[in-house]
Amino acid sequence: MSLTREQMAERVAHELKDGYYVNLGIGIPTLVANYIPDDIQVILQSENGLLGMGPFPTEDNVDPDMINAGKQTVTAATGASIFSSTESFAMIRGGHVDFTVLGAFEVDIHGNIASWMIPGKLVKGMGGAMDLVAGADDIIVTMMHADKHGNSKLLSDCTLPLTGAGCISKVLTDLAYLEIRDSAFVLRETAPGVSISEIEQKTEGALIVPGDVIEMHFD
Amino acid sequence: MPGFDKVVDSYETALEGIADNMTIIVGGFGLCGIPQNLIEEVARRGTKNLTAVSNNCGVDRWGLGVLLKNKQISRAISSYVGENKEFERQYLEGELELMLTPQGTLAEKMRAGGAGIPAFYTATGYGTIVADGKDVREFNGKKYILEESITGDFALVHAKVADRYGNCIYNATAQNFNPAAATSGKITVVEAEEIVKPGSLDPAQIHTPGIYVQRVVQATAEKRIEFRTVTEA
Repeated sequence: MSLTREQMAERVAHELKDGYYVNLGIGIPTLVANYIPDDIQVILQSENGLLGMGPFPTEDNVDPDMINAGKQTVTAATGASIFSSTESFAMIRGGHVDFTVLGAFEVDIHGNIASWMIPGKLVKGMGGAMDLVAGADDIIVTMMHADKHGNSKLLSDCTLPLTGAGCISKVLTDLAYLEIRDSAFVLRETAPGVSISEIEQKTEGALIVPGDVIEMHFD
Repeated sequence: MPGFDKVVDSYETALEGIADNMTIIVGGFGLCGIPQNLIEEVARRGTKNLTAVSNNCGVDRWGLGVLLKNKQISRAISSYVGENKEFERQYLEGELELMLTPQGTLAEKMRAGGAGIPAFYTATGYGTIVADGKDVREFNGKKYILEESITGDFALVHAKVADRYGNCIYNATAQNFNPAAATSGKITVVEAEEIVKPGSLDPAQIHTPGIYVQRVVQATAEKRIEFRTVTEA
């Protein structure tokens, strides 16, 4: 079985370490906040200028001046700080954020990522994604392994306009957890019940399957 | 002599001198912290062929969406323009020029513009179409692209509190692009929810020092929410 969006978020959360400042992108990455292990503390950065993003407010505490990067109303967590966009991107571009989780349309064996534009369709803009991939050392991309026709999104070369070049080394899909190194995807973990042959079939870029691939486990 | 008293009593005076073909730099992120009253004054004046520099371009009929609807903006410099059907239509029909700019680069373009720095190198956008035609240099083994700064004829800013000298404090995440925008306008106009006497604010808590601000006017517009998300009490 391929992973659900929630299982993908849960698996990504295993990568978090105590004391990390973390930026979560829109979509599946946002769900990671629901699976932070109880025994660690992380602080969430929201690129519009909030370090220490808390949960959504109760109806009585909704404040139009208090939003996250997805323009949703949020609260500030205990110990939060609030600052300008300039300051926010100084943190991001200066490499101060420990861990970043982003969605993508495509990644390739060179560590390139395409996540912001599909030519011929509406262009909404890159927002902060190009800054995040250029500034972060530790990024994990969450995405579907293939489109609904079975076409791979893990490629030899991205076909869509790039968000960043040579910046991605970890990918979690609905089928597998992989690393990118030496111009290949290296299979590390499979989703429960997903065969290696299915992953091979749905990975267009070069794929290395080591002898110690493990199957993910969810309670 | 008004000295440093920058408060004006009407929106007409607040935007005196704004003219066709000018560049306006506008604070806000989504609908949060946008100078809605000042935008409405630009709409009332019918100023045309504007270059609007702002992270987003409002939504249909609110924020900069008001000026889009009136076809007053001919060029937009923004990082994200989703959530706006009129923008999409004008862009696809070639009525509007759009320069998509990474969000951090946009903020830095304003900051550097206001600080007298004409251009800067950044890793953001290297290897992408954002880098097309731009100078590339390597520093310490990493590639960077040269981005030019932005200044505006007018900067439009929304603050929670301003004193009469133009010292500003922003509220919560309504700060966002406002401080950078405030530094980068030849004429920076602040609409403030509350205007107080000089001396009322703690000098060490000022976000935007009054030196950047030319005019202050009372804000009255409602504050809208783009996505209202709540948890059960």
